[in-house]
Parts: sequence; C-alpha cells; structure tokens
Amino acid sequence: MSSLDPRVNRLDFKKITDGETHTNSHLITWEVFHQDKRGKQVIHVGIVHAPTPDMALILAKEQYARRGKTTNLWVTKTSDVYTFATEDEDIFETTPEKHFRDPAYYKVRDRIEKFQKQQKQTV
Amino acid sequence: MYGSTNLSEEDAKRMNTTVEDPEKLEAFESRIARGEKIEPQDWMPVEYRKQLIRMIEQHAHSEIVGALPEGTWITRAPNFRRKLALIAKVQDEIGHGQLLYSAAETLGKTREQMLNDLINGKSKYSNVFNYPAYTWADIAVIGFLVDGAAIVNQVINSKGSYGPYCRALERICYEESFHLKQGHDNVVYLATGTKHQRAILQDAINRWYRPLLHFFGPTDKQSAHSEKLMKWKIKLASNDDMRNQFLDQYVPKIWELDITFPDPNLRKNNDGIWEFSDPDWDEFKRVINGDGPCNAERIAVRKFAEEAGRWVRQALMNPSEKYQVPLA
Repeated sequence: MSSLDPRVNRLDFKKITDGETHTNSHLITWEVFHQDKRGKQVIHVGIVHAPTPDMALILAKEQYARRGKTTNLWVTKTSDVYTFATEDEDIFETTPEKHFRDPAYYKVRDRIEKFQKQQKQTV
Repeated sequence: MYGSTNLSEEDAKRMNTTVEDPEKLEAFESRIARGEKIEPQDWMPVEYRKQLIRMIEQHAHSEIVGALPEGTWITRAPNFRRKLALIAKVQDEIGHGQLLYSAAETLGKTREQMLNDLINGKSKYSNVFNYPAYTWADIAVIGFLVDGAAIVNQVINSKGSYGPYCRALERICYEESFHLKQGHDNVVYLATGTKHQRAILQDAINRWYRPLLHFFGPTDKQSAHSEKLMKWKIKLASNDDMRNQFLDQYVPKIWELDITFPDPNLRKNNDGIWEFSDPDWDEFKRVINGDGPCNAERIAVRKFAEEAGRWVRQALMNPSEKYQVPLA
C-alpha cells in the first residue's frame, strides 16, 4: 500500500493478523466530576475508561480539562455510584407542590395592613 | 464529525413492522413530544435503541477515522502556530470519538465491540474521510468546510431525544467551533497569499466539492424514509434541508475570497434553495461500499493500531474488575 503519509508507509502491515480488539479486554468506566473554580461545586461531566484511578485521572484531564479553567477533577468507579431507579421518579413528583417550604409562600403584608387599619379605626 | 441518520431499506421496513407494548410506547412517545430527554435506564423501543447505536457508533468512528487524513499533516504543518492548532484539533477529534463511544455504550454495546465492527467493516464511518489530503490546502478545506458541514449536522442532532448523545454533542459543538475558526483562518491566509497559495487552495476546493455535497447523504427522493425516526427525534432534518443550510452558510464565504466551486450550476434561487449539478451519486455509492481512494488504508491503519497496542491494554487489565454499563 502506498500512502501520502510517510508514517503510514513505514508501518509493517504484514504483521497484522486479525486486527481485532478482543472483547474480553473491556476496561471499566469511571464517572468524572469537574470543578472550574475554587469554591464552586464539582459537577458530573462524563466518563472515561481506565484500569486504575490514576489512569482515570490522567485520561479525565485529557478529555475534560483540555480548555478553559479547571481547578480539580474527581473520578469514581461507575459501579460505586448508587441511584434511584428511573421508574421511581414519581417519588419526587409532589415536591414542587410543597409551597410551605418556599419563602415566597409566607405573605403577611396584607394582614399587617388590615390590622393597622383596624387599629386606627378603634383609636 | 458526523452522525448519519440515513436508514437502510431493511431497517426502514423493520421499523414499521416491529410491535411494541402500546402502553409503554405511548408513554415514551408522549415524553419525546413534550420535549423531554430519554435516559439510558428508561424503557425504549427496540428499534429506537438499535438506530441510535448505529448512528452514534458511526458518528464516533467518523471522529476517529477523520483524524487520520489530518494527522498526516502534523509533521508537515507550515509553521509552529499551525502545528499547535492542528495537534489540538486532532486531539479533540479523538476525544469526540471517545465521548460518542461512551454515549453509545449506555445503550448496551461495548466500546470494544464497536471498535471491532469498525475494523471488520460491519459498521461505517463518514464517506468524506475516504478521500486523501494531498496538500496543506486540503487541511485548510477540511478544517473549514468539512467541519462546517459536520457542525450543521451536529447542532441539529443535539436537539434530539437521547440525553447522553445530546450532552456529548453539546460539548463537541462547542469544541468544533474552534476547528471551524482555525480552518477559516487557514483558508483566508491561503486565499490572500501568493499565486501558488491561491492555486493550491482552488485545487483543494475542486477536489472537496463533490464529497461535501455527498456529505449529508442521498437526496430526500432517494433515501429511505421513516416518519418514526422523525417522531422519535433521532432524525431532525432531512438530508436536503441540511445540505441547503450548509451551502447557504459556506458558499458565500468562499466566493468572497474570489475562489470558485467547480460547478457552473451552483446558485441560490429566489426561494432560498440552492441549485447544483448532480454530484455523481454513483461515485458516492461506490466509495461507501469500499471503493474509495483511502478506504483500505484507513482500516489497515486502525487494525495496525489495535494490534500494536494490544499488549499494553492487556498489561493494564485487572481481571477482578467487573464491567458495568455507564450511567449517563
């Protein structure tokens, strides 16, 4: 094979046998968290495939910290992350209805004004 | 660089005949209609999963193979600044490939299976990467116009229904805007340079014109339709619409440099639709089926890399670790 790429021409293609990756070599995945500023939250950005946490951090740096600001990266094994089942999503359904947890729910100005009016009238 | 939403005839037929649980299907479809995203753990139709894997995997392969013609020129970049930009671009492309493999992996196909299917020819990559980069001007044109075409496609796809794919695409589009800008910069420098620089740029544009028209796939008349792909927000715009959007955005940017396209019929009609000569769809089919100038080399290089690197991967494996499908 004659290529425009001199590096390709230097490869010994005769050495290739099957060329496949061998499916038993699937590396585990790590969930990656990124912090862009000191004091800010660390936010999930994606995954990397790696054999060890050290390698996961190196690859996470290449993948998720190539540009822009980064102060730190965290990684954790995907298998160590626990989540709710998606079909249980309805357990959070009524949360937005809990207005008594909302500061805007507590409106007293009307009551104060009504009270003050009454006070004036009685005086 | 590219996610093809084109269906094969058999796939199109199967999509309209596969029977799903009607209740679950309705909940799924109404979720998409409300503009909500589908996440990996959600119930989804068999064909939705299958078409997404095919499309995201093909997109991932395109990123990896797409870096090969460009990587060729790193050692021969005309100056240090261009070399730094090209190295950064090539690294981004490989990174995009990894992001996309990860997104496809959430649907149940491992990265290794996908890499194997690239090597054994079971899955495809964008046809545009089966063409060689003869001169530095080809690198300029790839960076500007091939990436420009890819961005048209990717911005549209990022509005799709599958959460992990959309998230990957948002990150990718953000990074590709640098590719586009440095490509434009490169094209403008050649176009405003010496006679020779203008000549190699014109030659490169002449070479890439047809592959760029092929990029978005066959015309709407020729391609297998599936309303389901549209309904499920896997496909969001027709091939012809995307091609027209691309021509509208980029042809004027080449013309203003007094560079031409090798097509006397290329023009914009009053209705906003671009007209062009038939870009030889038979050639497109020939190249996609393996008979392009670089198909064999691209696959051989990937095979070589897999084999040469196998001992490293094996040395790194920890057999006691159990693989689990990523969450998001």
